[in-house]
Amino acid sequence: MSTTTIKVDMLARVEGEGGLYVKVRNDKVQEVKLKFFEPPRFFEAFLRGRQYTEAPDITARICGICPVAYQMSSVHAMEDALGIKVEGQLRELRRLLYCGEWIESHVLHVYMLHAPDFLGYADAIQLAKDHPDAVKRGLQMKKIGNEIVTLVGGREIHPINVRVGGFYRVPTKRELLTLKDKLEWARDAAVETILWVATLPYPDFEQDYEFVALRHPDEYPYNEGHVVSSKGIDIPVQKYEEFFREEHVEHSTALHSVVRGTDNYFVGPLARYNLNFDKLPAHIQKIARDINFEPPVRNPFKSIIVRAIETLYAIEEALRIIDQYERPAQPYVEAKPRAGIGCGCTEAPRGILYHRYRIGDDGAILDAKITPPTSQNQKTIEKDVWHFVEQALDLPQDQLVWQCEQAVRNYDPCISCSTHYLKLEMDRE
Amino acid sequence: MKVLCIGVGNELRGDDVVGRLTVRLLGYQSLPDTTFIEATGEGAALMDAWADAEAVFLIDAVSAGQPVGTIYRFLAHSQALPSQFFSYSTHAFSVAEAVEMARVLGQLPSHFIIYGIEGENFAAGASITPAVEKAVHEVIRQISAEIHALHSHV
Repeated sequence: MSTTTIKVDMLARVEGEGGLYVKVRNDKVQEVKLKFFEPPRFFEAFLRGRQYTEAPDITARICGICPVAYQMSSVHAMEDALGIKVEGQLRELRRLLYCGEWIESHVLHVYMLHAPDFLGYADAIQLAKDHPDAVKRGLQMKKIGNEIVTLVGGREIHPINVRVGGFYRVPTKRELLTLKDKLEWARDAAVETILWVATLPYPDFEQDYEFVALRHPDEYPYNEGHVVSSKGIDIPVQKYEEFFREEHVEHSTALHSVVRGTDNYFVGPLARYNLNFDKLPAHIQKIARDINFEPPVRNPFKSIIVRAIETLYAIEEALRIIDQYERPAQPYVEAKPRAGIGCGCTEAPRGILYHRYRIGDDGAILDAKITPPTSQNQKTIEKDVWHFVEQALDLPQDQLVWQCEQAVRNYDPCISCSTHYLKLEMDRE
Repeated sequence: MKVLCIGVGNELRGDDVVGRLTVRLLGYQSLPDTTFIEATGEGAALMDAWADAEAVFLIDAVSAGQPVGTIYRFLAHSQALPSQFFSYSTHAFSVAEAVEMARVLGQLPSHFIIYGIEGENFAAGASITPAVEKAVHEVIRQISAEIHALHSHV
């Protein structure tokens, strides 16, 4: 009997701490476990008793990469509970803030975390030795994302300017215009990025996924829309828990999400792209066609191309918002506490992030539920590794381990969000 | 000579505040042509921050299994940084990666010293450990002396 153990004790270049265990017997995969062993963070519990106004600042602390997503999902959920709607320039500023986070997060992942995999480098520093101009371009683009978040959010990590109803302070037009020249440079750099990643070598690997993302009638989704799937789900955010449920698995401190009645699903850039391609501006669709990258795309390794395309979108969207911006007279919409339940779901860089809160008359949070994108993808990641290993068992062990890690990184998993380095263990007999 | 002191850390996580605390207190010293900034440790922002500096002192907490309060001093130009030392932050591109990336891209300021202070308690909401606080004062004394020496050689 031949036994293989793929063991990645510490998965590098993913956010947080986790490990991957793959058991193979007689060239058949028998078990794959994506293990998260950072202690659960109990955020949902310690939100109880805090004021509804505190949720955006507390939940932003769950993640240093996507704090804006936590802020956005929490304020939308609270506004749903309070019966207020944030529109006009305040809504646009929220999209602008999200553009900053997408640029930061996607560029970091494309250049620093994922591109080294495709080009055979151990990390971005090794990549930079041979491709210094590409890495410099990535760093410069990421910096512009940071600058948007700093300007609109108050600082680059864990922004402090977001509140239920809007912002504590809204920027002036002149302040936003300081970003314009840099964004115009970044637009060209983003096109170069797309053309660069399109030439990377991709493993031949496709799966029949159920893609899940937000969909909005008028725009590529950030903050609002229905939750839709490639297999027919189309529901308002408030019905999310009727269609999706979480289950505990012994090997992880994160919960696994599944579609009720069926199984695992896929959230993130590839899901958004497949479900919202028609909402991208025509010229971005044309670039996608020019590189032969029209949906449906079912190869998860090609998510790096989607991240590059979404980076271009975020840069152009930021320019559009800045161009039409008029500083609103009031930085936020007034809200009074009232008892109620509210749900919010927004598109974090890694996929949909769902929040639900129940608050009392006095505005105190009575209970909270947070479902991050990585825990929604966890089961899909395990299945990907399962199928990928089965068709790649002829590879030398070190290359197999390398590609397993790469398969996990397709999802840019943020393990710190979903609970919390990745270790890979391949048990092969 | 333009000197930049960067304190890296998270002030809500116990001893991780030590870099920030050190630059705050250094700011009260009378040091020539010196700027002080506090940073979260995000790599791209760090590279940007030190881009125009001629001399950089970066102070951060370390978790390397040595006695709490142990002071480390690295000359970034003559040695690679042990990345585990500064990886307590969950940011995927942080201090060690930023220094190594800047070295590869030829963007490392000509004089670059990193001070690490061994922490003990990095729990959310924890206070700074007394032994770490004591080390802060020793690091301030050493950095002040180094900055004065730099200018006396100019």
